[in-house]
Amino acid sequence: MVEFLSFRDGESGQEPAVTVESFTGQSNATAVRIEPGEDARELLPHLDRLSLVEVNFPAYGDGRGYSAARILRESGYQGELRAVGDVLVDQINAMRRCGFDSFHPAKALDDAAVERALTRYADVYQKTIDGRQPVWAKRHPEKIDG
Amino acid sequence: MYRYDSYDQSIVDARVDEFRDQVQRRLTGALTEDQFKPLRLMNGLYLQLHAYMLRVAIPYGTLSGKQMRKLGEIAAKYDKGYGHFTTRQNLQYNWIKLADAPDILAELASVEMHAIQTSGNCIRNISSDQYAGVSADEVADPRPWAELLRQWSSFHPEFTYLPRKFKICVIASDDDRAAMKLHDIGLKLVSKDGVIGAEVYAGGGMGRTPMVAPQIRDFVAEEEIVSYLEACLRVYNRYGRRDNKYKARIKILVHEIGVEEYKRQVEEEFAHMRELGLNPPTEELDRIRAFFANPAYDTGLSEDIDRADPAFALWVDRQVAAHKAPGYAIVNISLKPLTGIPGDASAEQIELVASLAEQYSLDELRVTHAQNLVLPHVKKADLPAIWQQLEEAGLAEANLDLITDIIACPGLDYCALANARSIPLAQKIAQRFAAAERQAELGELKLKISGCINACGHHHAGHIGILGVDRKGVENFQLLLGGSGAEDASLGQITGPGFSEDGVVDAIEKVTDIYLAERTDGERFLDTYRRIGMKPFKEAIYG
Repeated sequence: MVEFLSFRDGESGQEPAVTVESFTGQSNATAVRIEPGEDARELLPHLDRLSLVEVNFPAYGDGRGYSAARILRESGYQGELRAVGDVLVDQINAMRRCGFDSFHPAKALDDAAVERALTRYADVYQKTIDGRQPVWAKRHPEKIDG
Repeated sequence: MYRYDSYDQSIVDARVDEFRDQVQRRLTGALTEDQFKPLRLMNGLYLQLHAYMLRVAIPYGTLSGKQMRKLGEIAAKYDKGYGHFTTRQNLQYNWIKLADAPDILAELASVEMHAIQTSGNCIRNISSDQYAGVSADEVADPRPWAELLRQWSSFHPEFTYLPRKFKICVIASDDDRAAMKLHDIGLKLVSKDGVIGAEVYAGGGMGRTPMVAPQIRDFVAEEEIVSYLEACLRVYNRYGRRDNKYKARIKILVHEIGVEEYKRQVEEEFAHMRELGLNPPTEELDRIRAFFANPAYDTGLSEDIDRADPAFALWVDRQVAAHKAPGYAIVNISLKPLTGIPGDASAEQIELVASLAEQYSLDELRVTHAQNLVLPHVKKADLPAIWQQLEEAGLAEANLDLITDIIACPGLDYCALANARSIPLAQKIAQRFAAAERQAELGELKLKISGCINACGHHHAGHIGILGVDRKGVENFQLLLGGSGAEDASLGQITGPGFSEDGVVDAIEKVTDIYLAERTDGERFLDTYRRIGMKPFKEAIYG
């Protein structure tokens, strides 16, 4: 079983994450935690001083964190993006696709199940910021990359 | 028709594999029912009153003879010999064993079908016009767009845990045969300066708070439809209500913040998203479009139909619609026999329709949101032979859009949510109005029954709608008048206090009597209601 998963090179952030409110209120923190109702775009002016963004999933069925993650990545955030809370093996693949690169689930995950979940779908239909080529790009290679 | 390539097939096969694994974990007890529930729901598997129900997607309601035959085989092998066609152009099996579900999905995958996202808070099966590609009045065939969106929405990583389910419809004709404005998002293809794009409507729906979708954009070019819809969905995913599942559909968001504010937020998001390269190249839509090119229609065909047999002539007049190609016709097959269950078909009937599609309809058929079937490419010369075979199979009812062409949800006979039984009531109404002359006299009259407030039977959109409720432990039926799911979309109004099962049938009869007495030439029931209003009907019912 695994309690923490990282797909980043090097160390993961250890610093405790502060709330969005305290972060934007001129703290020196470099780690922040976004709750479901909070606007990830409030962080955009501060991306250069952020090294860790935690996105909390109090319940797996609340999907707002997927949008928060994509918004941050689409806006150029390169730091660690961590899903925390009710993160289950069945959501890991979609979360990876939305730009999460580390996971701290409330309940430990089965390594083998995670591996299966991440490799089961060889092809994807959508372009996201995860760099995977969607099926439509594979179908029309001449139209992609110039 | 669209055919899977190796990519499409591998994704569907992977899903079968994944679900087999999940079911295995459930059967061994490794997953509890609570843990398993969200997983099975993503695959259209519901636990109903008596058994599991499996909902199979029929994307935009189009399927081949081979696919239809497979649906019949599954009905015979794994169900009690029936399938139920739904108002979302899907098919449901009501008597499924959990252990069989992975094998059923594997059988579906073998004919390029699946049950992906037929339930859950995600983007559901894309619906469309059952006459797509064959009616003369459309701007373009909407199905290539629907297929593009099927692929885009399948396993969308950002939009799999939305506040609530999300239904998209694509049409391309001024005649709305798919209740487009009663979807979370409706697209209507239009031509502007010779370029095809879409009008976009958002925030429609039925349920306990019915809304007709307002337009949020008058044109989105085809090469930007994906990024535009991503923007629509992202605003909804972020700001749709999650505190109350009954207020979680996009219609509530659009209503609460106002359509102008929703539009503004979508435009802002779209300005960002259109720059991200999310849209497939135009070659991809062209690739899909090629699958939907006009089939090789025979030419020089006769337009004559031998009307010597009056029963056949009656059926032709009611069930056959104009096709864009000379000598061809569109055949509507009623799944509303007077004593049957609306939308149900036996394995044998499904098999027969599959054969008819192969033999007479260029191997293609359609499912309609009114729970009927369509053979879209039929030579007029073949109509008698088709009618003969339908007649023998109990499928030649001539009641399209008449009072007995009833949309009904499964109701309390099957559904865990229902408050009242829809099916017996539908049968009683059909019996009361069974006489063909009487139905013809009443003309177009769309009657829709829901067994609870969730409105799966589209009662809000019925010219006459019926809502089953529970009143102190007794089934009670409210009557609504004046709804429409067509291009003149409107929501029905409740007449007043509800009725018993027999009482509501009597009330409907009184309503139709008023219509017959008050109508002017050429007026449908709906037109008369709109002209004279609720009062005369109310007086007749309660007076």
